[in-house]
Amino acid sequence: MRQTSLKIAALAIVSVTASIASARAESLIIRNCTWCHGSSAQGYTPAPRLAGQHVAYTESQLLSFRTHVRDNPFSKQYMWGAAANLSPQTVHALATYFAALPAEAANDGDRELRAIGRTIYQQGLPDANIAACAACHGPRGEGVATIPRLGGLAYTYLKRRLQQWGEGYHAAARPPMPRIARKLSGAQIEALASYLSFVK
Amino acid sequence: MISVEVMKKIKSYSTVGAGAVGRRRRRALRLVSLIGAPVALPAAILALVFISTGHADSIERQLPASGGFAAKMQYCEDCHGPSGQGYRGFFPIPRLAGQQTEYFENQLRAFVERRRPNNIMANVAHVLSPSMITALAKHFRSLNPSPLGGAPRHLVATGRKIFEDGVPDANVAACAACHGPDATGHGQIPRLAGQLYPYLVKALSNWGKERGQLPGHPDTSFIMAPVAHSLKRPEIEAVAAYLSNVK
Repeated sequence: MRQTSLKIAALAIVSVTASIASARAESLIIRNCTWCHGSSAQGYTPAPRLAGQHVAYTESQLLSFRTHVRDNPFSKQYMWGAAANLSPQTVHALATYFAALPAEAANDGDRELRAIGRTIYQQGLPDANIAACAACHGPRGEGVATIPRLGGLAYTYLKRRLQQWGEGYHAAARPPMPRIARKLSGAQIEALASYLSFVK
Repeated sequence: MISVEVMKKIKSYSTVGAGAVGRRRRRALRLVSLIGAPVALPAAILALVFISTGHADSIERQLPASGGFAAKMQYCEDCHGPSGQGYRGFFPIPRLAGQQTEYFENQLRAFVERRRPNNIMANVAHVLSPSMITALAKHFRSLNPSPLGGAPRHLVATGRKIFEDGVPDANVAACAACHGPDATGHGQIPRLAGQLYPYLVKALSNWGKERGQLPGHPDTSFIMAPVAHSLKRPEIEAVAAYLSNVK
């Protein structure tokens, strides 16, 4: 009886240790990302949330880091190195992994500016030739294909990206983003970033 | 806004001098302030309200974009793509390049009049002057970028047949009869050549819900209603695939 229970205990210990070891090996690649992007990939200043982002968009950004097309300061400092040696298979695996994670809204914008931000996002400002973001990014900030999901991204991240396009940094995205962002005033950027940070 | 009297009073608090002159001024101000308080406080509250809504105004209403037509045309291209070739956003945004001017202008009016319900385009269109509409229509008519493409290729042959011969069993006339053998349209009849695949599919599938929606104000879109209604989904996808590749 004692021998059997000893054998069972040994088996249990070995199997648990083995599963921990393989889980650790699997998660090493993900951990390269979660160091900065947060353990549940929800984002951690200045790294944006990756959870729930479209596969095609995440892939396109990782490619743009490797080709140095996306050249804003944080990308240059951190992401150029991080993406340098990723194979296409790894890129796809990472993008697919993060896309499936549940996304949480940052809720860190200025609440006073939400209503104005919503107006700009949903309707645009035709007098100022500012397109409605919803036309491409969707009425709930959901995005599609290579057009990123914006709903719930952090206020500081959205604000910084919109500012940077106005400052001449290149978009990995299609051409209109820099041109559209250049037309936005500082107050409009803050309103948009605030509104979007609350969108689930 | 704040009255001149209240403004003067507010200013005067900071400029009261010292000595005898100052004492006289302060006595006078004390008397004035007793009378003025019931006026000053509501005025101050009103001032705050106006200032904060003024702030909101400045966010919502920038000065009109400089450059007039050029800026407006670029703004169209922000969504409709370079040279108006169309763009697959969350919503399929149609190609404008080469579009018939009459059709183009009619659609912009339809958005404003809500014959064609579309919140984003209604917003865009209602600030356009008639001369701007005409100028934009003429400009996009002259453009001819390559079709955006991306439709399923295996449907193209079937689609071409439907376009050229119609679907006699379903009483659907040949599209070419009105839209032209090269699908470039004429007058109020739109150009279909090179139009986006998802846009054509959506238009034909939802015709009865998207066009001619203002009760009591039928428009030319009624002509397409029986056609769109009689086409089956596979036929819609086929003809859309064919048209999306036509140069």
